[in-house]
Amino acid sequence: MNAAWTIAVKDLKQRVRDRSALIVGIVAPLALAAIFSFVFNPIDDFEFSAQYVVVDQDGGPAARLFVDQVLGGMTGDGTIEVEELATVEEARTLVDVEVKPFAEEVESADAAFIIPPGFSAGVASSDPVSMEVMAGRGDQTAAGVAVAIAEQFASQLQTARVSTATAEFYGLTGDRAEIGLRALAVPNLAAVTDAEATSKILTGTTFYAAGLAIFFLFFTVQFGVNGLLEERHAGTLPRLLAAPLPKLAIIVGKGITAAVLGLVSMAVLVIATTLMFGAEWGNPLGVALLILAGIFAAIGIMGIVGAFAKTAEQAAVFSSIIAVVLGFLGGTFFPVGQAGGILAKLRFITPHAWFMQGLGDLQGGNVADVVPAVLALVLFGVVCGTLAALGVRRGMTV
Amino acid sequence: MAQPTLDCRGLRKVFGDLVAVDDVGFHIDAGETYGLLGPNGAGKTTSISMISGLLKRDGGSITVDGEEMTTINLAAKALIGLVPQDIAVYPDLTARENLVFFGKLYGMSGKALQSRVDEVLEIIGLADRAGDRSDDFSGGMKRRLNIGIGLLHKPNLLILDEPTVGVDPQSRNAILESVEQLSSAGMAVLYTTHYMEEAERLCDRVGIIDHGVIKAEGTRRELVQMVGEHDRIRLETTSGGLQSAVAALSELPSVVEAGAGDGLIELLVTEAGEHLTKILSIVTEAGVAVAGVDIDEPNLESVFLHLTGRALRD
Ligand SMILES: Nc1ncnc2c1ncn2[C@@H]1O[C@H](COP(=O)(O)OP(=O)(O)O)[C@@H](O)[C@H]1O
Ligand SMILES: [Mg+2]
Repeated sequence: MNAAWTIAVKDLKQRVRDRSALIVGIVAPLALAAIFSFVFNPIDDFEFSAQYVVVDQDGGPAARLFVDQVLGGMTGDGTIEVEELATVEEARTLVDVEVKPFAEEVESADAAFIIPPGFSAGVASSDPVSMEVMAGRGDQTAAGVAVAIAEQFASQLQTARVSTATAEFYGLTGDRAEIGLRALAVPNLAAVTDAEATSKILTGTTFYAAGLAIFFLFFTVQFGVNGLLEERHAGTLPRLLAAPLPKLAIIVGKGITAAVLGLVSMAVLVIATTLMFGAEWGNPLGVALLILAGIFAAIGIMGIVGAFAKTAEQAAVFSSIIAVVLGFLGGTFFPVGQAGGILAKLRFITPHAWFMQGLGDLQGGNVADVVPAVLALVLFGVVCGTLAALGVRRGMTV
Repeated sequence: MAQPTLDCRGLRKVFGDLVAVDDVGFHIDAGETYGLLGPNGAGKTTSISMISGLLKRDGGSITVDGEEMTTINLAAKALIGLVPQDIAVYPDLTARENLVFFGKLYGMSGKALQSRVDEVLEIIGLADRAGDRSDDFSGGMKRRLNIGIGLLHKPNLLILDEPTVGVDPQSRNAILESVEQLSSAGMAVLYTTHYMEEAERLCDRVGIIDHGVIKAEGTRRELVQMVGEHDRIRLETTSGGLQSAVAALSELPSVVEAGAGDGLIELLVTEAGEHLTKILSIVTEAGVAVAGVDIDEPNLESVFLHLTGRALRD
């Protein structure tokens, strides 16, 4: 495969010289990331709404405080609706409702708060207490907010405990101090069970950095995969075909070029958006796996276009259309997944959505969480790449 | 010669309804230059594409130094240097980078590659422009680079497909000279052209191709004789006695036809150059004073016309 490297090195030299890859791969996405990050940050403009359910199996004062004061206080302006249910089963049913593509609006919940029996007693005693948050399958932001609400309540309890304890320490007496005294002995404060929801949200800046990076990646790899059409255009394809090297070496050479361009572009974007805009991509290993798999998928898909297009111009037009459609559908410009409904599901026919999903999963801090997204991306790469290679080989003649 | 460098027989290529190449066969020995002469669309490039393994053939056989050529036989491909009809160089690479890149694809490397690149740059007259990007080159310089890439790896068979199309006379001459040198250095050369002068100057043997078929093949002289063409000699005279001179000339075996009138003697002869002295002395003996001689040797153009009823260039 020496010849493949020779071809890739030659291609890269050409790409460096004509600078177009540099602009598409690095300058354009960075410039847009800067604009999005500083000017719009539109993720904040997103109209937020959430449907929560709560099951109070405890019924004690601490539980009622949470249901009536905390949750009740949020329902004022209609963005958050809370319904109290009698059983966990009812809550689970609503939370588990699949939001199917093309389906009518169904009754569902974005998250369920389950307050177990003995919660209030636990707060007032030395027993550890916990509250469960079940994340729904629909709007991930709403689920994330639910977790945040529970966490907020936990820290309020903590504050209350510490202050009553302090009051007691200084010799104050009365009900509050009595509760506080017992509370002080509680080793575990109200713990929140994270039911998968927190791991799925990218912050505004990270969202746009990642979205732009994967969006432009599809344009960047084009400079590699359309190399064959360029060879044809330059008249050099007959030379390559006449040279003593297998056709596959030429295809692999173009693939290497695309991969290197994609890798450089993504690496620069990750580092630059982290340093300049404070994007938080997450665990480097997970990010690297997603990027490699993403590049593979991009090469496969753009490779099909390159293989079946007649001219470089035609390929450029088709590639742009496909890259833009997949990019929008995949939610790289606005969070399609959080909008819910049809698009939230349909987006998974794009590698972009898997990439974004993978990065979201990675926010939980666990590298293993990216595995599904990586596998999906690799599958895109294998299927499309094989089709592309077959198409190219057939078309590789004078 | 044990085996020719290139031996192809019965080549055939069909595009849809069009038989682009039909039963084309010829051989080229080492040190020999073979020309395929024919108008645009005759099937020259298609033949060459099959010979250099770019295109699958629909029939026939091709061997290069005994190695059978196919689209996947790399050993056979390594023996050939191809100079495509359309300029095939990377415009954003320098002349040297272009040469080095293709040299590597032919398995060359290191010092050997560098010194061969220098050598080729000299041959194609681009040594002082080696570091310039080829899109800054003139058409002629690009053509020369195009040829340089083809001969870089010292192929046994160099194939040039209309290498002088669209170049200035100076570059054209330089190109023809280097082909002559390569051939005398022992390379077998396959040269296609629709310029009859180039075929006449360069080629030891010429195949005349039209509509995918080789109509005739041989040296220039063989071809001329094959179609029964003769040299034409025209003598301008200043004094009389023309009829007796014509009668005497008609006796010569080399003179096919002789006639006179209007102060001119016109002759058709087999070898004008060889017999001119003899002819002139006969005319002088007959008392005719000659003021001017005009010799018209038939060329491949007239052979083509004779064979196809059409001019080489329409
Ligand atoms: N790939 C192709 N598909 C269809 N027809 C072709 C193709 N290549 C060449 N031809 C046709 O075959 C004939 C011979 O073409 P070509 O070999 O290029 O002629 P030349 O090189 O002598 O000018 C022409 O009529 C041309 O139009
Ligand atoms: Mg041609």
